[in-house]
Amino acid sequence: MTTDLDLYRILYLIRCFEERALAEFSTGKLFGTTHAYIGQEADAAALFSVLDPGDLVFSNHRCHGHFLAYGGDPYRLAAELMGRATGLVGGRGGSQHIHWRNFYSNGIQGGIVPVATGMALAEKAQKTGKIAVVFIGDGTLGQGVLYESLNIAALWSLPVLYVVENNRYAQTTPNELGIAGSIPARFQAFGIETFEAASSDVLTLLPIAREAVDHVRSRGPAACILHTYRFSAHSKGDDPRDPEQVAKIRAAHDPLTIHAPRIDSAQRASLETEIDALIDYAFTRAANDPFPLLNGE
Amino acid sequence: MSTILESLNSALHTALETDPRVYVLGEDILDPYGGAFKVTRGLSTRFPERVLTTPISEAAIMGICNGMALRGLRPVAEVMFGDFVTLMADQLINHAAKFRWMYNDQVRVPLVLRLPMGGRRGYGPTHSQSLEKHLLGAPGLKAVAPNSLGSPADLLLSAIADDDPVLFVEHKLLYTRPILEAKDLLDWEVSSSGGPYPTFTLKTDYQSQITIATYGYNFELAREAARELMYEYEIFSEIVLFSQLSPFELNPLFDSLRRTGHLLTLEEGPQTLGWGAEVAARSAEQVPGIRVQRLGALDLPIANAKSLEDEILPSVAKIVQSALKLLQ
Repeated sequence: MTTDLDLYRILYLIRCFEERALAEFSTGKLFGTTHAYIGQEADAAALFSVLDPGDLVFSNHRCHGHFLAYGGDPYRLAAELMGRATGLVGGRGGSQHIHWRNFYSNGIQGGIVPVATGMALAEKAQKTGKIAVVFIGDGTLGQGVLYESLNIAALWSLPVLYVVENNRYAQTTPNELGIAGSIPARFQAFGIETFEAASSDVLTLLPIAREAVDHVRSRGPAACILHTYRFSAHSKGDDPRDPEQVAKIRAAHDPLTIHAPRIDSAQRASLETEIDALIDYAFTRAANDPFPLLNGE
Repeated sequence: MSTILESLNSALHTALETDPRVYVLGEDILDPYGGAFKVTRGLSTRFPERVLTTPISEAAIMGICNGMALRGLRPVAEVMFGDFVTLMADQLINHAAKFRWMYNDQVRVPLVLRLPMGGRRGYGPTHSQSLEKHLLGAPGLKAVAPNSLGSPADLLLSAIADDDPVLFVEHKLLYTRPILEAKDLLDWEVSSSGGPYPTFTLKTDYQSQITIATYGYNFELAREAARELMYEYEIFSEIVLFSQLSPFELNPLFDSLRRTGHLLTLEEGPQTLGWGAEVAARSAEQVPGIRVQRLGALDLPIANAKSLEDEILPSVAKIVQSALKLLQ
């Protein structure tokens, strides 16, 4: 049984990692790009609390939160972000292209969806009982290959869960300029069951995530549509939103602020200290690791 | 006498029979239709669980194959017309080709994409192309092409056994052609590089002045042209016939060029930035002093009218002309 403290651990771990990653750009230890999960942490905390450890996950450009909730090592992730040989994929992938155990990510919008669908087919064919989960955002709803995949997943009754994290902006383009009609209806048209929530409260999301995952495991494909908020920029500095408006949203919908009061304050303080140290260790150690070379030396 | 189509069909039967990880996917591949060119005939009757007919969704077919391959299966997808591979480009270039290297060699992507390419059947601009050149330079993708000399079945089985993604480029005109037997090759001394995707070198008993490098169906034209050059002009040729197009492994060609000094590349795709351009450049780098000439299609879409199509695509006459120009 997942406790409130377990859930808070995931929320805080992700927040702490992402804030440190953004900060490291100014120190020059990180270069390139990153897509912070800040604001959306409750989605990952809920979903990964109800998935089995053997299930398959295909994540996208905004994958750090999913990876940490999956149980991934923050040090190996930090090393990958810094392009170190000790990173998850030896510095070859960086922030958006990681793989560890049954966790995969790629930086192409929509392209990951048929891949996850094919993974579900493979697990079904090999009777492993595992399901595949693929994370997309509202922006990916514009990609045609998504709908090709939904059609086939429904026809072949594949054990795949499509998670839509609608953070309301595709980079800078708001929902109303990018999405016609209804999001759930896009799945329902294929006979795919939808589970939907508009909340940043992990306890509200948890039963919905459980229902969706149970449906996939016992009956076939499903969509879990989570309306959420992203507090930081799409990547680093590309946020044309009114900062006052963002601050207002953050004050009302911060998953950490919502969940924190449920934890004993001494326990919480001790947990936060522990995680602060873990993240500091991850980034400090990674920063001292060697850069990779093609010949492996 | 067995045709190339029969050979490829038998390979698919063998693969499904011997390896439970093999799946075949594609549009309209179920019996009794058995695929647009009948290469998949009989498979769905024998292996209904592992022969999957799909909607018209090339990108998803390719993506699903990627996912299957990442998770331990060996999918073989048929693209009805190779022209439709453009719809799969993202899945090929940004997924299939990258996963192994990008994930630091921790995964493999063993899949085969069968691509019926080529013209001369009057199908017009979007059903007659040889588009493989657009994919030859993508790191992580392998491209191979059967021909009438080797065993198409063995080549396909090698591709299915390969741990990396393989584009299997089948020229449509080859399907009904017979696999060559010794009696068809009396003019030639044939040697093979061996390996899963062999390169064949064809020599005559005489000192050759020119090497024709080619693959797939164009080997049929190259043999005819070589014959004409020999009988009409007393020019002797060697032919180097590739089964593997990419990555480029050209040693048998370099050996031949050290003997002949003249290279003519022959392909059916548009000549500009084609397979032949890379072959010619590498040959010039490796074998100093050679002269090169390329022959491919004109840089135009392939017309529907036969008269236009004939002008646009390479022909025996054009090969002979190119050879004569090269030797001037």
